Amino acid sequence: MATLSRADVQHVAHLARLGVTEAELVALEGQLNHILEQYAKLAELDTDAIPPTAQVIELETILRDDVVRPSLDPAAVLANSPERDGDFFVVPAILGGD
Amino acid sequence: MADDTAPDALTELYAHDMADALRSGSVSARELAAAHLARTHRTDRGLHAWLSIDDERALAEADAADARLAAARAEGSAAVAALHPMHGVPVALKDLVSVRGGQATAGSRILEGYRAPYDAHITERLRAAGAVILGKTNMDEFAMGSSTEHSAYGPTSNPWDLGRVPGGSSGGSAAAVAAFQTPVSIGTDTGGSIRQPASMCGITGMRPTYGRVSRYGIVAFASSLDQVGPFARDARDAAALLHAVAGHDERDSTSAAIPVPDDLLTLPTDDDEAAAWLRGKRFGLPNEYFVSGMEPGVEARIREAVAALEAAGAIVEPVSLPHTDYGLAAYYIVAPAEASSNLARYDGVRFGHSARGGGDYLSDYLATRGGGFGPEVKRRIMLGTYALSAGYYDAFYLKALKVRTLIKRDFDLLWGQGFDALVAPTAPSVAFKFGAKTADPVEMYLTDACTLPVNMAGLPGISIPCGLSDGLPVGLQFIGAPWSEAELFRAARAYEGVTAGAAWRKMSPSGLAALEDPGVPTPAQRAARH
Repeated sequence: MATLSRADVQHVAHLARLGVTEAELVALEGQLNHILEQYAKLAELDTDAIPPTAQVIELETILRDDVVRPSLDPAAVLANSPERDGDFFVVPAILGGD
Repeated sequence: MADDTAPDALTELYAHDMADALRSGSVSARELAAAHLARTHRTDRGLHAWLSIDDERALAEADAADARLAAARAEGSAAVAALHPMHGVPVALKDLVSVRGGQATAGSRILEGYRAPYDAHITERLRAAGAVILGKTNMDEFAMGSSTEHSAYGPTSNPWDLGRVPGGSSGGSAAAVAAFQTPVSIGTDTGGSIRQPASMCGITGMRPTYGRVSRYGIVAFASSLDQVGPFARDARDAAALLHAVAGHDERDSTSAAIPVPDDLLTLPTDDDEAAAWLRGKRFGLPNEYFVSGMEPGVEARIREAVAALEAAGAIVEPVSLPHTDYGLAAYYIVAPAEASSNLARYDGVRFGHSARGGGDYLSDYLATRGGGFGPEVKRRIMLGTYALSAGYYDAFYLKALKVRTLIKRDFDLLWGQGFDALVAPTAPSVAFKFGAKTADPVEMYLTDACTLPVNMAGLPGISIPCGLSDGLPVGLQFIGAPWSEAELFRAARAYEGVTAGAAWRKMSPSGLAALEDPGVPTPAQRAARH
């Protein structure tokens, strides 16, 4: 079973967009590897012929008419925004350059 | 007021007694709400079951319930009979249920200051039923935990021993009911988060079938596993609360269009009648649920409960759920994988904690999420991100979904053999001390070994008190086929009937007296000693 190096932990934290301190990295490396050891048990089972179950009840695709319906009050929604400009959320720049 | 309607006596009534008293006019919804608010304010320093209490809103809702009752009375007895049993009854909500204009922290700093812009489906349903929402209860952050020690707002104590945890993640909802701060409450159960704290606090808690209750307006943890359910001090009250919130809602497309049985409201009031239901019923006793490391006192209480069911005429047969032992590993891949996806929404842009350093968007995300999430949530996001990442998806996530199929088939086989329900322990131990399992996450995860297979298979399960071990409550679990909640409540009510005369039923949580001391140590102070 795979084990995670410190660099792997750092990489996964980056993928998850989690800022972690050096002390957190050290703790996570030990804890995550300990948890991964538990996962090794699953290899005992031959599941080649077993279909996956992502969800457990019989459901059909839910459709509804494409009509305008009431939605949330913009003022109440925008009241939660950390930074707003009128009726807009202010987001950090995601494109480089000036 | 006469002695039997003194404020504290009102808090010791069952919800079904409150319903009777409201209808007979001997008490008002306002008196009930005021009595519970007073007791909560007086006793919550040492318990910390609550994250917010809204007296003003609760009393206004209670007045509205009283007005509706008065109008129904003027209209006639049919109008009074049409009121829901939860009408005028106080209720507490786990702090991940949206109540318009109120907080919904999910026990996390990242949602501090957030105000819900709308009501959850179950909040609308509770309002329609006339229930009175007192406030919001403490929980492990994003429902990730089994002790409520992972709350960003500090731990909750167990009313039976203030130095111990109430279980989790819905520990606040369970402790509040056990401590008579509210007759009923709402929790959520993704891997055992209703049943396990119900077990540890000596009350009744049900996780319904996946799809029974809408999750619209409830903070998501793992969407293929999460369900909403009731806590109460007996089966009848829990069943009535489930009845009030269950049912289809088009805003949660996983909520099923399956009728909610009215049987939930007609559980026998008579103990002998309730017990008689057991005659000829066939229960499976899964060997694998007597897990290694189970406390002898817990196993003894479960075996005694089984003997009591048999003595009342039930047939209990040993059965096997052979993939139980793989449930923990599979669950701790599936749940974190779904959580890592669900929690991607906390980006500091639209709501919640936001750390903007003036750098690029990436550094803002890292700072917002790094500072807003606590250690257990970070661990789970990391696990889930890793299990879903390129090169590991097949080995971890897909493998876990296949094992999930095997776990579900184990149960399906037993339903095919005609068992009415399975009977099992809820948790391997009684409530543990603060700090006992926080150093090693795997130790904490193991406390869910007997509950999480039910979530993996989407089944309903109920935990009910079945006695004490070293003075601490033990929970008995009934597990049923999909949509069999009414039968599980019959079984629970029958067990109450069988054990109606047991000495442990008359015992109140041993920590209640200490909670009356205004200088009692807080749970955070107790936890800091460990």
